Amino acid sequence: MSDLKYLSLEKLTLAYGDTVAVADLDLDIRRGELIALLGPSGCGKTTTMRAIAGLLTVKSGHVRLDGADITHVSPNKRAVGLVFQSYALFPHLSVYENVAFGLKLKGLRGAALDAKVQSGIASVGLNGFANRRPGELSGGQQQRVALARSMVMEPKVLLLDEPLSNLDARLRLEMRTELQRVQKETGVTMIFVTHDQTEALALADRIVVMKRGAIEQIGSPQDIYNRPQSSFVADFVGFENVFALEGGKLKANGGLYDLQGDVPAVAGLAWRPRMVTLGSGPFQGKVRGTSFAGEHREYLLDTPLGPIKAEVDASQPMHDLGAELAFDLPAHRAAPLASFA
Amino acid sequence: MTARNFFIPVTLFLVIAFLIGPFLIIVAASFSAGETLAFPPQGFSLRWIAKVFTVESFRASFAMSLFLAIGGTAVALMLGIPASYALSRYKLPGAEVIRTVVSAPIIVPGIIVGLALLRYIVVPFGVGITPALFLAHTALVLPYAVRVVSASLDNLRSDIEEAAVLLGSSRLGAFFRVVMPNIRGGILSAFILGFVTSFNQVPVSLFLSGPGVRTLPVDMIAYMEIVFDPSVAALSSLLAFLSIGIVFAAERFLGFSRYV
Repeated sequence: MSDLKYLSLEKLTLAYGDTVAVADLDLDIRRGELIALLGPSGCGKTTTMRAIAGLLTVKSGHVRLDGADITHVSPNKRAVGLVFQSYALFPHLSVYENVAFGLKLKGLRGAALDAKVQSGIASVGLNGFANRRPGELSGGQQQRVALARSMVMEPKVLLLDEPLSNLDARLRLEMRTELQRVQKETGVTMIFVTHDQTEALALADRIVVMKRGAIEQIGSPQDIYNRPQSSFVADFVGFENVFALEGGKLKANGGLYDLQGDVPAVAGLAWRPRMVTLGSGPFQGKVRGTSFAGEHREYLLDTPLGPIKAEVDASQPMHDLGAELAFDLPAHRAAPLASFA
Repeated sequence: MTARNFFIPVTLFLVIAFLIGPFLIIVAASFSAGETLAFPPQGFSLRWIAKVFTVESFRASFAMSLFLAIGGTAVALMLGIPASYALSRYKLPGAEVIRTVVSAPIIVPGIIVGLALLRYIVVPFGVGITPALFLAHTALVLPYAVRVVSASLDNLRSDIEEAAVLLGSSRLGAFFRVVMPNIRGGILSAFILGFVTSFNQVPVSLFLSGPGVRTLPVDMIAYMEIVFDPSVAALSSLLAFLSIGIVFAAERFLGFSRYV
């Protein structure tokens, strides 16, 4: 068994009744990797996660984990942990009993059980909360219990469903650090599902961007952020100005436009708002909206190309609503897109 | 005070008097010292309350009612809990139809249920009186069991079962380890509601009772046809206080009203 293919999904097809949610998905995950499944709702990321956990019957294809085909292994024998988005703590049990639940089913009793439970509770910083019920804990604390409850089982893979989305901004940073620490200390392979690109970028070793039941792009956070391969990924990670190319010209609003500089032979180009040059260039636009965002100021322009979003340093003089502005979409700054949908 | 302000408290008083009045009259009548059921009671004594416990047929029919209420409700729950679980957790085809059919005994008048059971099940299949009563009471309690248990299942997240399975439990184990403990209050409430419903049931039992086998309310009616002394009032008062006591205890310890 190679560590490069610790968890492999092979031609995985998943369906709800006759509705195919994921089709022919191939994905190899290394041992100890922290993977983000990123995509909008309905892209199949949660479905894929549930299939890895065994909560969903696989229609065709295989799931292999640590050298064994677990496609048809029942979920209680997979050694896969899952931290639910809602945490799914057992409301009638204390924190201690929640963490002990799986260990007891493994047959642990007495001092061995107690030691594991205590260290599990301590590892997520909840000493002193052992006798509380889940209802008496904050959302962040509940999530820590859920994390401890899964981690004490020493799973081969830990799955996390939208681990940060229910937390407020401050807790989010804390939990992010916590997850990275747990992953580093235990070396557990982690896969988390998110619709939030900033979460994926901040946490993951590798991001798998999904769209309509298929993988759109796999890459490091830097790859995904700076070099999106498709218009979908570009749009998803904040390239607000995405255009197709046709014969080296920009195709927009039914017309073709010349760009300055060398235009690469690709399907499309994408610019983040801050990549748009404002105040000079071959194009003209009219300011339709503007908003101050601290460090910078955002503009929305009405142009022959369609709406363009631009961003300039806040120290620059402000342009009024309705002002006519020249702008440029510099080809050399754009992200080249291999596919345009 | 204006006429309008006066109207509401008076109406309230009349409604309460209408609802509670008969009950108070019966309670008062049961302490009568007279020979016949009458209001206002003549004198005060506990003799009719004492007499209740000496009537042989009351003892037998009380035992029968208790057996039907406890046994019928228990069986209804054994059928109703899995049924509620299936209705609440799976997208069953025709789930609404099943819900309606299961609820039918609440909606259909007891006389019709009793007659139908007698004419089409008890007589053609030669079912004995006790099994027939048991069957009828189970069917009558089933809707309450399904409704109350469904309500508590609907309030319980289903992902805790998946969490239990991923921690090594079987599906069935997850039901007993994490579902049952969390719907225990609902099950107990369903039991109490079913018990009281069954115990106070008259029309269906009336059709299915036979020689020597009667439920307590049916026996009380039969008794009153022959003897018109205050012992029936005394028995009614005792039963009413029993019901009140059970519901009060349930509310106190379980928060009964959350489920019903």
